[in-house]
Amino acid sequence: MQRTPFYQKHLDAGAKMVDFAGWEMPIHYGSQLQEHKQVRSDAGMFDVSHMVVLDLQGAEAKPYLLKLLANNVDKLKESGKALYSCMLNEQGGVIDDLIVYYLSDTAYRIVVNAGTREKDLAWMRQQLQGFDATLTERSDLAMLAVQGPNARAKVFSLMPADEIAIAELLKPFYGAQIGSWFIARTGYTGEDGFEMMFPAEQAEKVWDALVGAGIPPIGLGARDTLRLEAGMNLYGTDMDETTSALTSGLGWTIAWEPANRDFIGRQALEAEKAVGVQQKFVGLVLEGKGVLRSHMKVTCEAGEGEITSGTFSPSLGLAIALARVPVACGEQCSIEIRGKLYPAKVVKPVFVRQGQSVLS
Amino acid sequence: MSNVPANLKYADSHEWILDQGDGTVTIGITDHAQALLGDLVFVELPEVGAQLTAGDECGVVESVKAASDIYAPVSGEVIEINHALEDSPELVNSDPYAAGWIFKLKLDSTAELTGLLTANAYSELVAAEA
Repeated sequence: MQRTPFYQKHLDAGAKMVDFAGWEMPIHYGSQLQEHKQVRSDAGMFDVSHMVVLDLQGAEAKPYLLKLLANNVDKLKESGKALYSCMLNEQGGVIDDLIVYYLSDTAYRIVVNAGTREKDLAWMRQQLQGFDATLTERSDLAMLAVQGPNARAKVFSLMPADEIAIAELLKPFYGAQIGSWFIARTGYTGEDGFEMMFPAEQAEKVWDALVGAGIPPIGLGARDTLRLEAGMNLYGTDMDETTSALTSGLGWTIAWEPANRDFIGRQALEAEKAVGVQQKFVGLVLEGKGVLRSHMKVTCEAGEGEITSGTFSPSLGLAIALARVPVACGEQCSIEIRGKLYPAKVVKPVFVRQGQSVLS
Repeated sequence: MSNVPANLKYADSHEWILDQGDGTVTIGITDHAQALLGDLVFVELPEVGAQLTAGDECGVVESVKAASDIYAPVSGEVIEINHALEDSPELVNSDPYAAGWIFKLKLDSTAELTGLLTANAYSELVAAEA
């Protein structure tokens, strides 16, 4: 089992450690609910060093990404700008979702999921053939996400003035290189904050400083409830290689224009659209008490669907879920829980943003 | 270390049983079980009047991450359920042996109590699972 540079810090903080994609990671440090609320109301930090940081460099880095990714890196004109994209196979299935940061036309930083590391690297290297570019894994970097309404202010309290001057100007979904660090205003919680990459040998010192600034560690359990409330997809649960991006709530990340950009998976998605996309990706809110879980059956007038991720929302005090249902599904459905049917409301797949409910 | 009160009996499915001495018992889940589950957000209680046989699934405790069945450790009729858990499932986490009790049974036979685990035997079971 692999360990991040923060392993000892997790143990010292009382973490319950679990196997996550071959990594020993903290699921919680005592109370997942309390950690969830800490991020929504103040600030918390997540060890995301298990995620894979890749640097792509070379004269043909950009044409390579124009082919590899379903979103269009040509949208990226300003240094540091980030783009969320799917990497599709020829059948339009999702190999992984990722974030790519534009540094220049010949340099990009890409962050992919830990659980898909081997197949992603194999696919990306295979597709790289014939392009003048190199892909380098940055396992020398540690990565922390600091998230919450007070996250940025608390990080600034630790920075020298010249660094604050740069980090303060970062707009949402932009990053900047500051010395040996890369700081980006991105995250996976629906809250403001930073994702920070820095040399792994600084890990314990950075951890101590952040804890000292009032930013406690948060486990993967709360990371999951936070992202689900924010309506953010989880790879392997909400989509994978067997599901189309168009039925996974990811249509907004597919860049169809320009029409002559022949990204991998384009033909399959166009064929799917031509015959009509059969399913849609929605949010569900259970009307009574209980908890929604993945793979529960959803029934509506238009037919049947399935929950892809479900949980109890600590912010709303209700069971919520993401689900794939027939396109014609209306505003009401029933969910089968242990053999009984319970009514649920069909909503847009987002529940909480910046600490506030978005349910009407 | 989890708390295992000496005055209770236990089932290997992690329920505790308090013998009220009048042919009825109070049942809940152990401190060890609640710690494994983490923060509870929902408890599905059995129905009053239900006739249970030892080993029957009779309820569910759900944490944010997982659902776990509650089993009847002995046979009998459900005579009372803890309605406080409907709005405050976290009582099972904070006070598993008192305010977090789940249901009460009128025993079919007090003889079944002798088949349950003592506090020592349950502690050994928990230690062996760790």
